[in-house]
Amino acid sequence: MFWDKQLECIEPEKLREIQLQRLKEIVKRVYEKVPFYRKKFDEAGIKPEDIRSLEDIKYLPFTSKNDMREAYPFGLFAVPLSEIVEIHTSSGTTGKPVVAGYTVKDIALWAEVMARCLIMVGATKDDIVQIAYGYGLFTGGLGFHYGAQKIGATVVPASAGNTKRQIELMKDFGTTFIACTPSYALYLAEYAKEEMGIDLSTLKLRIGSFGAEMWTEEMRREIERRMGIKAYNVYGLTEIIGPGVAHECSAQQGLHVWEDHFYPEIIDPETGEPLPEGQEGELVLTSLTREGMPMIRFRTRDITTLHREKCACGRTLARIERIKGRSDDMIKVRGVMIFPYQIEQAILEVQGVEPHYQIILTRPHYLDEVEVQVEMSKEIFSDDVKTIETLRKRLEKKIEQTVGVRVKVTLVEPKSIPRSEGKAKRIIDKRNLK
Amino acid sequence: MKIKQISVFLENKKGRLYEALKAIADHGINIRALSIADTSEFGILRMIVPQPEEAKKVLEEAGFTTKITNVVAVGIKDEPGGLAGVLKHLYDADINVEYIYAFVEKSGEKAVVVLRTNNLDKTIDLLQEKGVHLLSWEEIKEL
Repeated sequence: MFWDKQLECIEPEKLREIQLQRLKEIVKRVYEKVPFYRKKFDEAGIKPEDIRSLEDIKYLPFTSKNDMREAYPFGLFAVPLSEIVEIHTSSGTTGKPVVAGYTVKDIALWAEVMARCLIMVGATKDDIVQIAYGYGLFTGGLGFHYGAQKIGATVVPASAGNTKRQIELMKDFGTTFIACTPSYALYLAEYAKEEMGIDLSTLKLRIGSFGAEMWTEEMRREIERRMGIKAYNVYGLTEIIGPGVAHECSAQQGLHVWEDHFYPEIIDPETGEPLPEGQEGELVLTSLTREGMPMIRFRTRDITTLHREKCACGRTLARIERIKGRSDDMIKVRGVMIFPYQIEQAILEVQGVEPHYQIILTRPHYLDEVEVQVEMSKEIFSDDVKTIETLRKRLEKKIEQTVGVRVKVTLVEPKSIPRSEGKAKRIIDKRNLK
Repeated sequence: MKIKQISVFLENKKGRLYEALKAIADHGINIRALSIADTSEFGILRMIVPQPEEAKKVLEEAGFTTKITNVVAVGIKDEPGGLAGVLKHLYDADINVEYIYAFVEKSGEKAVVVLRTNNLDKTIDLLQEKGVHLLSWEEIKEL
């Protein structure tokens, strides 16, 4: 299904024309309106008229999360505050949060791109869309809200948390579409089954859109099985607009980037050089049409790969692969880079183990040690010590094979790892690196 | 002749054994026999109680992972060589013991041995054939 078929299946050449036109306009606009950008461009010795082709984007300086903190709160706005109709912030885990400002047109744009996402996975005006992302400063809730309203669906703005009520709403209202973080989706399914005796796969749910944290194919299958739905990956970030920058289509083969509005590049995170198509690196995004707070070459810290070949669904817009990691989340253990998703994948591959885990890093004697705590589930508990030991050793071996670092697996009692209603805290770093 | 045993997964963490035992004590469930298998990481608490299903419910409500397993309880004269004689039968029949624990009944005349083997049905048939006393569920409750 298409929201705007002509655009979503546009000829690549035509798209590039639109992108270049918009890039030129936005570069000119930020140079004139945002002193922050003017200063950066001047320092880099670049003028808006130097942008003659899309490739010239590489001469523009990057914008980092740090830049945004320095510009706190409104230093990156390109319009007077009176034109801003809504403000969001991203969860500032360290230091100041990132602030995003939206004009009336920006909100309409947000609704438009989210509408494309929802229609793309088969949502219609007949769907009952339960939004279990947080409403408020976090962009998740309202982003989905605007999109679901735009397509005329029935919106249930449940917001995050209050799990029991979420499940009651699903059951009583006949929710058909659920949007939340993937870890919360699993928690919902578990809670429904364990605490309320409800099997979510027997309800009317049919589609789910999950994002705001990293997850794996195995988790997708698990969510699809437990909820009886098709589960799709959504991507977005506060700095660019919120959810709706990219979304999977029915092919589930990567996320289409709405690149008529958000121009994607992949760069080498170390050198900042653009990488050729098909190579893994850091995603950099430029918002081509934002009014309130345009972003020029924002470094997302998200690791992925960009593909441009036409998709099975008929769309020509580029696809990014599922986000593989964040440079912020990357842990360096004994000199080896590892991502939590790798450990998660390994645990899930050893069948039967519930995907509840936590990674604990310590450095007892100048050497990093990794402990992975995995919850014991009813399904895999045996009253035989040998069987449990075998399982534990299999987990250790599988993780070591996947990440290349020896780890110690500890099986812990059920529910002893804190559950998250927002983003999962997977890593506890107890190393004193000072 | 199978006896229900309840097994509980315990992390090697302060207070977990106490909490498990307190949970069933609070519900007035009395333990007939108990053993713990432990590694440096975790332990498995195995118990014979008169109300295994109720104990399972109570323990799960308290957040423990549990499992009910079938075992056999063998009554043996409390004298040297009593258990060895039973094990000889199993050994001759090529049956492997997975675990075993014993307690002495109140009167002190008889020892009760709880056994889990790799083939429980064969074990029961064999021991009955050899005239070994296997305790019934009623006898266990009365212990």
